[in-house]
Amino acid sequence: MQALTNKSIAVNRTPMTIWERLYLINIIKGMMITFSHMFKKQPTIRYPEQKREFSPVFRGLHVLNRDEQGRENCTACGLCAVACPAEAITMEAAERQEGEEHLYKEEKYAAKYEINMLRCIFCGLCEEACPKDAIYLSETFAPANYTRKGFIYDKNDLLIPNTLTNATALAQAKGVEA
Amino acid sequence: MTLLALDWAFMMEKLILIIIIVFASLGIALYTTFGERKVAAILQDRPGPNRAGPFGLLQPLADGLKLIMKEEIIPTASSKWLFILGPGLAMTASLMTCAVIPWGTALHLFGRTIELQIADVNIGILYVFAVVSMGVYGIMIGGWASNNKFSLMSALRAASQAISYEIAMGLALIALLMTTGTLSLKTIVADQVSGHYWNVVYQPLGFLIFFICAMAECNRTPFDLPEAENELNFGYHQEYSSMKLGFYLFAEYVNMIMSSAIMASMYFGGYDLPFFDESTVAPNIAAMIGVGTLLLKIVLFIFLFMWIRWTIPRFRYDQLMNLGWKKMIPLALFNMLLTGALILSKL
Repeated sequence: MQALTNKSIAVNRTPMTIWERLYLINIIKGMMITFSHMFKKQPTIRYPEQKREFSPVFRGLHVLNRDEQGRENCTACGLCAVACPAEAITMEAAERQEGEEHLYKEEKYAAKYEINMLRCIFCGLCEEACPKDAIYLSETFAPANYTRKGFIYDKNDLLIPNTLTNATALAQAKGVEA
Repeated sequence: MTLLALDWAFMMEKLILIIIIVFASLGIALYTTFGERKVAAILQDRPGPNRAGPFGLLQPLADGLKLIMKEEIIPTASSKWLFILGPGLAMTASLMTCAVIPWGTALHLFGRTIELQIADVNIGILYVFAVVSMGVYGIMIGGWASNNKFSLMSALRAASQAISYEIAMGLALIALLMTTGTLSLKTIVADQVSGHYWNVVYQPLGFLIFFICAMAECNRTPFDLPEAENELNFGYHQEYSSMKLGFYLFAEYVNMIMSSAIMASMYFGGYDLPFFDESTVAPNIAAMIGVGTLLLKIVLFIFLFMWIRWTIPRFRYDQLMNLGWKKMIPLALFNMLLTGALILSKL
């Protein structure tokens, strides 16, 4: 029969010599191999102290972005919710009132914005769908929680800290020690 | 009333020695479990337990605490007394071996000469054999009392394995006894200290056979068929929990220490530190150096046990029996005949 690949190795069925049947030599050879592993470098990353670097395209927890004046970018257009294949995003829109211009960038804003982190598959399609640069996937991942409810992140959990009023919190969120 | 005139100081001295040796053995066994995990890890390029305490040194205490805190389960269908007796017997048998091991030369304290050996029985090796054979009863009774077919199967395996390998072990020892001419462990070690060479030089094949059989007696990999996980889902201690399970696991490590001590005493000069003249230092210091040397030899043997465990896979049952009956016993007989012929030709 024609072999499909060149990976097959013929089984060696020649009878073992007396030295091979003694096994002791081969056992000692094996023990030398295990002994040599004592001096090999351990690939272990000691987790809480050391952390593996994420790749630059890592998609982690979402953040809701602000502009340079500290106003929320999101206009609650719902394109991210439509793009979301896991249907993890819900929102409610509201109209910006007089005197709220320093809070919201445009006339319409998200009064409620929730992402269910148990549904989210971190595909990043919300980020691609957003026309206002309002949602981004960061480099942290969702921490553990005791209840299912705790995994539904609302605006307080998602909004990036205000550049102008809360610079230290922003620095902490970015991972730069303040 | 001179009938009860016991030498109380002698009794106290032996009692203290027994307490020290038993607790030291248990302490070493505790840390042997840690050593096993560390050695396994290092041989497999892993760091091993390193969280409890500095370098993970408190890990065995944490393990022991966990075992004690666990729920004690005695199956309803088991025979309760035997179920409790099993682990106790396994532990007792493995600890009893330490009675005849000479841990060093005599100490001179408070005007007394204290022998660092619990009992210098003149049939020391025979005693060791009797006690080691008792060890299999712990496994047998535990496996039988569990009322579980896997436990019973594994107990049967353990018993047949122990019996098969004890014969080769005994035959290997007879050759050694022919060269030493005594059954007392103390005399055997003393002869090696004063003589030129250790017994392993005269009995290399005998030592190899004895070592393999000791591994089989301790139920260590590659002879750990009684607890083969994949076919007997844990073997004789399957129904055991809490500290009773701990006793079984612990007895294995105590066994390992004891067989290492016996091998070191019989074939590797016991407390003899090579290239060192003990008469140049004070007798007490020489005795302590002797104890340290024996402990070092034990540690080296335990490392060898572990190294083998993490290198070789387990035997199949028919291979085990083949090796025991068709290879070890004829080899031991041949070794015995060869030794006898050599002794005769020298005379």
